[in-house]
Amino acid sequence: MQTKRTIFNSKILPYWLILPQLAVTLIFFVWPACQAVWQSFLREDAFGTSTQFVGFDNYVAITQDSSYLNALIVTVIFSVAVATVSIVLALVLAVAANSLLKSRSLYTTLLVWPYAVAPAVAGVLFWFMFNPTIGLIPYLLKGLGYHWDDRLNGTDAMILVVLAASWKQISYNFLFFLAGLQSIPKALIEAAAIDGAGPVKRFRDIVFPLLSPTTFFLLVVNVVYTMFDTFAVIHATTQGGPNQATNILVYKVFTDGFIGLDLGSSAAQSVVLMVIVIALTFIQFRFVERNVQY
Amino acid sequence: MAAIDIKGVGKTYVGNVNAVSDISIAIADGEFIVLVGPSGCGKSTLLRMVAGLERITDGTVSIGGRVVNEIEPAERDIAMVFQNYALYPHMSVYDNLAYGLKNRGTPKAEIDARVAEAARMLELQPYLERKPRALSGGQRQRVAMGRAIVRKPAAFLFDEPLSNLDAKLRVTMRGEIKQLQKRLGTTSIYVTHDQLEAMTLADRLVVLNGGRIEQIGAPLQVYHHPASTFVASFIGSPAMNLLKANVANGVISIGDGETGLRAGLPDGPVTLGARAEDLRLSDSGVGMPFTLAFVEDLGAQRLLHGHCAGQSVVVAVSPDLPLPSELRLAIASDRLHFFTADTGKRIEAASL
Repeated sequence: MQTKRTIFNSKILPYWLILPQLAVTLIFFVWPACQAVWQSFLREDAFGTSTQFVGFDNYVAITQDSSYLNALIVTVIFSVAVATVSIVLALVLAVAANSLLKSRSLYTTLLVWPYAVAPAVAGVLFWFMFNPTIGLIPYLLKGLGYHWDDRLNGTDAMILVVLAASWKQISYNFLFFLAGLQSIPKALIEAAAIDGAGPVKRFRDIVFPLLSPTTFFLLVVNVVYTMFDTFAVIHATTQGGPNQATNILVYKVFTDGFIGLDLGSSAAQSVVLMVIVIALTFIQFRFVERNVQY
Repeated sequence: MAAIDIKGVGKTYVGNVNAVSDISIAIADGEFIVLVGPSGCGKSTLLRMVAGLERITDGTVSIGGRVVNEIEPAERDIAMVFQNYALYPHMSVYDNLAYGLKNRGTPKAEIDARVAEAARMLELQPYLERKPRALSGGQRQRVAMGRAIVRKPAAFLFDEPLSNLDAKLRVTMRGEIKQLQKRLGTTSIYVTHDQLEAMTLADRLVVLNGGRIEQIGAPLQVYHHPASTFVASFIGSPAMNLLKANVANGVISIGDGETGLRAGLPDGPVTLGARAEDLRLSDSGVGMPFTLAFVEDLGAQRLLHGHCAGQSVVVAVSPDLPLPSELRLAIASDRLHFFTADTGKRIEAASL
């Protein structure tokens, strides 16, 4: 495809124009990433007075650390739960909104709002709602005979962070699903209706398969989101507790590094996370392009 | 196989927008009906009401003697071919053809047999395992047809199925549709805005304009006896010449000049219609003077575009006829059509 090109007369001007973005990327992404890689090979005392090169010792140490393996399992559960909850609910909402004619744009606007809320604020919001002493939901659950306590019960804590993290992500997924649904030609649905498929069958046989590239894309994006962007949600609600039940990898990087002051181990953990995300991004680029079913 | 009876059907959208009003067509079993009209005339809406994709707000539609107004599309025993084919992009050609049968719980062996039969009829056997995107436009069109015929429905509904094909393929597919319909003998309703497609395919034409029927009739009857100026200008290429004329004492004049033609009509203004091929160049020095603007050579015929008394006229003549310097037009008076000047309805004149 021929795209319109702008021709710069000056050879230096284009570089000046991308300089700000380049500077931001280099200073805030590339440099710290390199630092982390370097740091992961070092062992430092808390005050930085003595530094020792230890090679892969930090990596070996985290593989043998049971709390790290626990964090890995917690992260997997958390990611899968958040991705599932937010994708399923977003799809339901998108299908519902798409079936409306007049009020579709109103619902779309309302459903997109949560995305504008900062993760920490979302965390605090859910922390209040589910607070065992002052929260509304524990009070209602008590009526049903369930004693909610996310400060003592690991499962309750996990449900809390999953809900808080999903809530925001639903908006994002909803937008993609709605766009996906609208790009399915109406004639296809009508053809299926004439072919004798009821609404449920039409969704299963026609709509969902045609949305599969969108779903796969969202799955990867959501997993990446839960691995990194949920730090604020965890920090504002459970802080990894109780008893490490919600201590996900990215939160453990923070606690080990900035609270435990074990900078070498923290750096090694963040390098591992970086590798995971590079792998996920690679999978996404490799397969989203290919896995389009039609 | 079934007759379709459309009785007083109308469609009113929210806000009192009348898309279609008071349409009645009795379609015999096995008949090929073409709904033709310009865009926005309601032909697609009418078809979609028969299919069950639009609610019918007035009147009734019966298929095979059963009123289907409140019956789901799937239960109406019809099959539809869509403009953009509407093939399921993620399914193979085989699955596209089989989907409607599977949904109806047809036994596997029968599905195989019917798909094989349709594929053979449409020469699709080599492509059964392919996805639609790996097919050419004509092949996709065939799959869309195949999806309709495997079901052996009571009626086929075609919604401008050829408009996405190039001109050459369109002519080929047009022939195939016609043959297939004759072979299967299935009642068909076909929507198009292309009058040539309409003329060649139809057993009977229904010309629609502004949501109303202008005329129903066999193609040649519509061609030779258009019921209104709208039909006259819509059916036939080049369009029928329509001239503002005046009748005084049975003599027709156009502009200031008398034509020398006579008609058994009351005095007053009238619209005169004449097919381009019915007009001929007069060599006797009588007839309407004709100013030539430009010539279109089509090979088999030559179209002369020009004016008679300031009104544009097209004349079709034989390409090897020499053009004299001074052109005059003549026409047999039984080839003239008359329409009222205000409503455009046809007037049958007693020729003199």
